[in-house]
Amino acid sequence: MIHRFKAGDLFILLDVNSGGVHLVDELSYELSGELEPYLNRDASIGDVANASECPKEILDKFSEKYNKDEIIESFEEIKKLTEDGMLYTADQYENYANTAVNSPIKSMCLHISHDCNLRCKYCFASTGDFGTGRKLMPFEIGKAAIDFLLERSTGRPNLEVDFFGGEPMINFEVVKQVVEYARSKEKEYEKNFRFTITTNGMIMTDDQVKYINENMANVVLSIDGRKEINDRMRPRVDGSGSYDRIVKNFKKLVADRGDKEYYVRGTYTRYNLDFTEDILSLYNEGFDQISVEPVMEDPTMDYAITEKDLDRIYEEYDRLMEEIGAIKDSGRFINFFHFMIDLNQGPCIIKRLRGCGSGNEYISVTPDGDIYPCHQFVGKDEFKMGSVLDKTLDEDIKKLFSKAHVYSKPKCKNCWAKYYCSGGCNANNYNFNHDILDSYDVACGIQKKRLEAAIIMKIRDMLKEEA
Amino acid sequence: MKHIRTINKANLAKSAIKGGCGKCQASCQSACKTSCTVGNQECMREENK
Repeated sequence: MIHRFKAGDLFILLDVNSGGVHLVDELSYELSGELEPYLNRDASIGDVANASECPKEILDKFSEKYNKDEIIESFEEIKKLTEDGMLYTADQYENYANTAVNSPIKSMCLHISHDCNLRCKYCFASTGDFGTGRKLMPFEIGKAAIDFLLERSTGRPNLEVDFFGGEPMINFEVVKQVVEYARSKEKEYEKNFRFTITTNGMIMTDDQVKYINENMANVVLSIDGRKEINDRMRPRVDGSGSYDRIVKNFKKLVADRGDKEYYVRGTYTRYNLDFTEDILSLYNEGFDQISVEPVMEDPTMDYAITEKDLDRIYEEYDRLMEEIGAIKDSGRFINFFHFMIDLNQGPCIIKRLRGCGSGNEYISVTPDGDIYPCHQFVGKDEFKMGSVLDKTLDEDIKKLFSKAHVYSKPKCKNCWAKYYCSGGCNANNYNFNHDILDSYDVACGIQKKRLEAAIIMKIRDMLKEEA
Repeated sequence: MKHIRTINKANLAKSAIKGGCGKCQASCQSACKTSCTVGNQECMREENK
């Protein structure tokens, strides 16, 4: 299976099963779209074929537009790539699809607070309490969660804990206690904890900034971009805007952070489909590591993104590519999360088959100690998996999630993007289609556009460097 | 090659041989929380770093 796409005068081929990316001329671009039935190595999509020379019907079809010798030359190059395992390659990974059934747990989203000091209109957590009442996690629950993770992570040296909410800074003393407790166990269990925190920036003393920057490997700073956009969707409890306060706090944190990783992370809605402006606004405020994502909301809501918005959103990503390209061309640094891609040494194919690992390698724990497949399932009783207090875990739910991979999701099987989004978000699939295996088309469309953009940006950077 | 330039090592099949060590980050923990992007994650296996 191949995927072909264009950007200006760049013609790009992605060979899905090998991950090979090829920059080609227009002739080879057109030819490659026709040659799969003649050179296909992938029995899962059609008969395997190995044409020894350029098929006559192909020659005839293209000879009006292109020189015959050139067509034959291009065919020979395409054939050579096929023989070298870089084009029309076989899908040979299905045997790995169910290898994760008995996976240990390595990642935990710790809901340190089910309370929040903002009332964001699009909040999937029902403005912080996940519909289960406003609560803070006591240290005893956090400690039990760490114990649970230590016991269930056999064979996994790297463990990660994200302090999440609600707003985790409301319960910051327990954050510190949990970090201290986990660190005290690292040697005994031969583990390395990697802590992260996701915060709205409303509470942030100098001491807290210092603590976060010393102890958190990554921080995710929630802000939507332009002041008016942010304040419309992210008001305080009294309805007033949050922007002025959070931007000041985030600047303080980033200035103190040095080279450590962070992301300002925004949500765009149908109200700001010109979200490039928000990304540029964040950049102009001094933030150069930026993630901005579409809202995932019930289509009946006025601000929800639906299929009707997709063409406009695709245009906006084209614009964003130009703007980010211009920033880079001027010698400045910017990193947009969804345009990052490592074409040479990204994750192994085994990881790529099943994405985030929710419900299997990755779980969420509520302030009461209840376990859910991830933060987005919290409050859905049918997905409650157990409790860190009595160390129960529903193995049937775990198994269900372990088998959610690109081979069990019907829409993924023949999708070119499957090894980059890895089957998409199980929670989105459930929220929109009531089935973790039924991919949500709007998210798929946006994901594919972003992946093309990431590859285009990579190639542009490479060509610029060479020039 | 005159018509085609290969940009990367095309090594997904090779990555299976020593893959699945589980040392890497869960993709959703990085900066998503509402989607899933795996292609931009880092391999944490020491010999690949």
